[in-house]
Amino acid sequence: MSLKVKSLKELAAAPQWLTPGHRMCAGCGAPIAMRQLLAAAPRRVVVGCATGCLEVATTIYPYTAWRCSFIHSAFENTAATMSGVEAAYRSLRRQARVEADFVFVAVGGDGGTYDIGLQSLSGMLERGHRVVYVCYDNGAYMNTGVQRSSATPKGAATTTCPAGEASPGKRQPRKDLLAVASAHGIPYAAQAAPSHWRDLVRKAEKAFRAEGPAFLNILAPCPRGWRYDTAQTIELTRLAVETCFWPLVEVEEGRWSITFRPKKKKPLLDFLKPQGRFRHLFEGQNLKMIEEMQREVDENWRRLEALERLTAPAEGLRRSS
Amino acid sequence: MTVREGAGWKEIPRGGLILEPGNAVAYETGDWRTFRPVWHEDRCIQCLLCWVYCPDAAIEVKDGKVTGVDYRYCKGCGICATECPDKAHALEMIREEEAGADG
Repeated sequence: MSLKVKSLKELAAAPQWLTPGHRMCAGCGAPIAMRQLLAAAPRRVVVGCATGCLEVATTIYPYTAWRCSFIHSAFENTAATMSGVEAAYRSLRRQARVEADFVFVAVGGDGGTYDIGLQSLSGMLERGHRVVYVCYDNGAYMNTGVQRSSATPKGAATTTCPAGEASPGKRQPRKDLLAVASAHGIPYAAQAAPSHWRDLVRKAEKAFRAEGPAFLNILAPCPRGWRYDTAQTIELTRLAVETCFWPLVEVEEGRWSITFRPKKKKPLLDFLKPQGRFRHLFEGQNLKMIEEMQREVDENWRRLEALERLTAPAEGLRRSS
Repeated sequence: MTVREGAGWKEIPRGGLILEPGNAVAYETGDWRTFRPVWHEDRCIQCLLCWVYCPDAAIEVKDGKVTGVDYRYCKGCGICATECPDKAHALEMIREEEAGADG
C-alpha cells in the first residue's frame, strides 16, 4: 500500500481536533504525538482515552480541549469502551439511524496500555473492531508522580525503582508491546516517534485505512519524569530513533519492516546522557549496565532485521503485487 | 455552554458532561511562561517545523504560512526555537520580563 504523505502545509489546514488551552506540562511529548496523529485523520474522529496525563490534563472540568466526542471511562477499559462505541456505530449505520462517517481512536499512556489496559486491548484486537489504538509511551506513570511501568526502560530511576546503593534503577527490560499487539494478527501495527513526523503521519494514515484494528506505539518524552530541559523533547525522540533504542518499524498484514534506518547508528549513551533518570548509570559500578543495555539494543535491532527477512513476501509474489 | 463557576448541581449537565467541544480555548495557559519565543519574520523560511512540533498548537498558521506565536497559550517550552533550522534561526527564547509591555 503506497501513500503520498501530506505536506506540513496540508496538515496545518486539516481540522485541529486537540485545541490549545489544555494543561499538559510545557514541553510534553504526548500532545505533539496526538496533534500529528489526528492531523492525518481522514474523517471526523471519536476519541476514547484511558486515565492518564492526556485524559486528565485535556479535560479539566468544565473544559475540554477536544473538538470531537471524547469518552473517558476508567484506566483499564478504554479499548473495551471504544469497542462498544464502534459496534454501536456499525449497528446504527445498518439501521440507517446514523449517516455521518467517523474514525474511532482509543488512546492510553503506557500505564493504561502495557499494564492496566492490556486485557481490554487484547480483546479489542482479537474481536477485530475497527479502532485505531494509540499508546503514547512516556515510560512510567507520570501523571501520579513517576512510578515504574512495564514500559520503563531498564536502568531508569523512578519513584518505585529508585537508584541508590542497593539498586541501579529498574532491573527489567521493557515489554515489547509491538510484538504483543502484532501477535494478534491485526492488519496494522507500528511504532513511531514525533521527531520523524512524516513517518508518523504515514503510519497514522495506514492505521486509519486498515480494515480492522490498528495499533500505534508512539514515543512521548516527559520532561518531569525523564528529567531533562523542556526544549529537548524532539531532540530526545530523534536520539531514541538514531540510537535504535526506539526503532521505527511497522507490521503490515504480518510483514515486519523497518521504516527508518539511521545512516550512522549512534551509541545508546547519546540518548541516556541528557536524561536525569539515567544519571546514576554514569557512576562507578553502574557503567557496566550501560554496556548491557547497549547489547540489548543491538540484539533487538538484529532481531527486527531477521523478522523483516523472515516475513518478507517471496520474490515472485512481490513482482506480481 | 461553559458551566459558570460556582454553579449548583441542578444547573450542570448530567453525568459531568461537557457539552461545548474545544472550550479549553477559553483557558489561557500563556501565564505559565518563564521564557518566550520571539519570531523573526524576515529570517523565517516557512518550513512549518515549529508548528508540527508545538505541544500547545501555539504557532499561528494562516494560508500555509507561519504568522506568529499565540502568546495566549504558549507555555514557553522552547521546542520551537530548538527545532527551528540553524540556517534560519527565526525563533529565539528571551526571558519573559524582557518582552516589554506589549506581551
